[in-house]
Amino acid sequence: MNILVCISNVPDTTSKINFVENDSKFDTNGVQFVINPNDEFGLTKAVWMKESNNANVTVLTVGEQSAEATLRKCLAIGADKAIRIDCPANDAYSVAKEIESHCNEIKYDLIICGRESIDYNGGLVPGLLAGLLDYNFVTNCVNLEIEGSKATFSREMSGGTEISECQLPLVVGSQKGLVEESDLIIPNMRGIMMARQKPLDIVQSQGVKANTHDIKFNKPEAKSEVKIIKADELDKLIDLLENEAKVI
Amino acid sequence: MSVLVYIESEDNKFKKSSYEALSYGKALADKMGVKVSGVVINCSDTESLKVYGPDKILKVENQDLNEFSSKKYAYAIADVMKSENASVVVLSSTPDSKYLGAHLSGITDSSFVSNVVELPESINPFTVKRTCFTNKAFSLTELTSDTKIISITSNSFGVIENSNDPQSEDIDIKSIDSNQKILNIEKESGSVTIADAEIVVSAGRGLKGPENWEMIETLAETLGAATACSKPVSDMGWRPHSEHVGQTGKPVSSNLYIAIGISGAIQHLAGINSSKVKVVINNDPEAPFFKAADYGVVGDAFEVVPSLIEKLKAR
Repeated sequence: MNILVCISNVPDTTSKINFVENDSKFDTNGVQFVINPNDEFGLTKAVWMKESNNANVTVLTVGEQSAEATLRKCLAIGADKAIRIDCPANDAYSVAKEIESHCNEIKYDLIICGRESIDYNGGLVPGLLAGLLDYNFVTNCVNLEIEGSKATFSREMSGGTEISECQLPLVVGSQKGLVEESDLIIPNMRGIMMARQKPLDIVQSQGVKANTHDIKFNKPEAKSEVKIIKADELDKLIDLLENEAKVI
Repeated sequence: MSVLVYIESEDNKFKKSSYEALSYGKALADKMGVKVSGVVINCSDTESLKVYGPDKILKVENQDLNEFSSKKYAYAIADVMKSENASVVVLSSTPDSKYLGAHLSGITDSSFVSNVVELPESINPFTVKRTCFTNKAFSLTELTSDTKIISITSNSFGVIENSNDPQSEDIDIKSIDSNQKILNIEKESGSVTIADAEIVVSAGRGLKGPENWEMIETLAETLGAATACSKPVSDMGWRPHSEHVGQTGKPVSSNLYIAIGISGAIQHLAGINSSKVKVVINNDPEAPFFKAADYGVVGDAFEVVPSLIEKLKAR
């Protein structure tokens, strides 16, 4: 079985968020980039399937050379092969189109993307990709079993969990629950050494144009100071919620 | 040209988020100087939609769509988009709408922007404000394709009454084959879901153990709120995963978020930041959450919460 895990190279959660070039671009200066957390749950699941399903795992990112460190980390975690499509990740549409064209050339039985990235939070790439490829699709996926050409999976929905099945190929939007946080694989020295020998191919981009553009970023206005209410004056809290904030 | 709103329903009932999407669609259509249609799938009673101002209600009745399917629903809406000559589709941010929205943009080659929080700043070019960097910033984003899809963040626009007398039309759609089938749905027991909740009561490790959650549930019940929890609490198995809110859990965008015994780690704040009003109850005055809160009570949750419940009930 061939598995593709799509990786988004994102700023670490604790990064300072600033913008440059007249607030039109994210300031990457001094920012540590990591594997998008939702992708990492999917990658771990894929690495497990190497054993349980005799799978071959390829990781792919659409991005510039700076993203290669993140791909090497994926190889150290256990992916067999990495691919970087050589162009900036401009928006979900262009990224999904680039991945689609790769998937038309090399057939994968299972494609895993994080349910959303922690930078732009669009949550669009997995669904777009499924729509473009006309593959089956599940997002917010919290369980996945594959037997032969049949997949059984669950997704978190509003107020419950939905369990479904389908034939492969399938696009999965992964999140916590697919594997647990404690299951995430921390690369060991052997993995890191092996990762250096594994192939990291650079593929030319199709030059797909983005269909959305960030024109200008801004940060929320500084919050006003918290109002502290004494623990024995809760009537005041209720009054503020009722009459000032008007939320109860 | 027109604006099309997908009006999500469950068990023949509409959600508040659907009314909000329709309110937004109406305001958008007014701004664009076009008509707004709402499409409903397998929901016969559409009377309650009138007050939010649709010009037309399009009813799709199809056995094949009895169960939600991202693909089938996306193709159905794509059909309606074409027949209505819709240039903008408005969706809510529920898991199902986001699920089918990305699919829909894939099959219709539309520009899609999610997490939209305001009406477009301009129509030509079409620019909208959305949240990004997990609520730490906003982006003014331009959508350049001929057809556009936007999904709006819950509780960002609100529900606005604007009565109209819409035409009602039955619509036939082409059936789509899919080998993806739902086997079972396991419903959670709680009456209010986090996604639909206007108030969320959330608790963390400060509660010391799962046996102490009764007061959290009582407070939630008193306020008609959903219950949620922090990541360590779900990791330790005190509460189900489905209650975990934060960066890797569910996002919260409620009107009121009450955090009890949660210190306020950056990953937690990232997930709940788009809630409008935040109340923090914590016995540690140094808890970072107080910096992100609107109202704070420094005190022991085991005293504050029962007293708060009592006072709320006495109202």
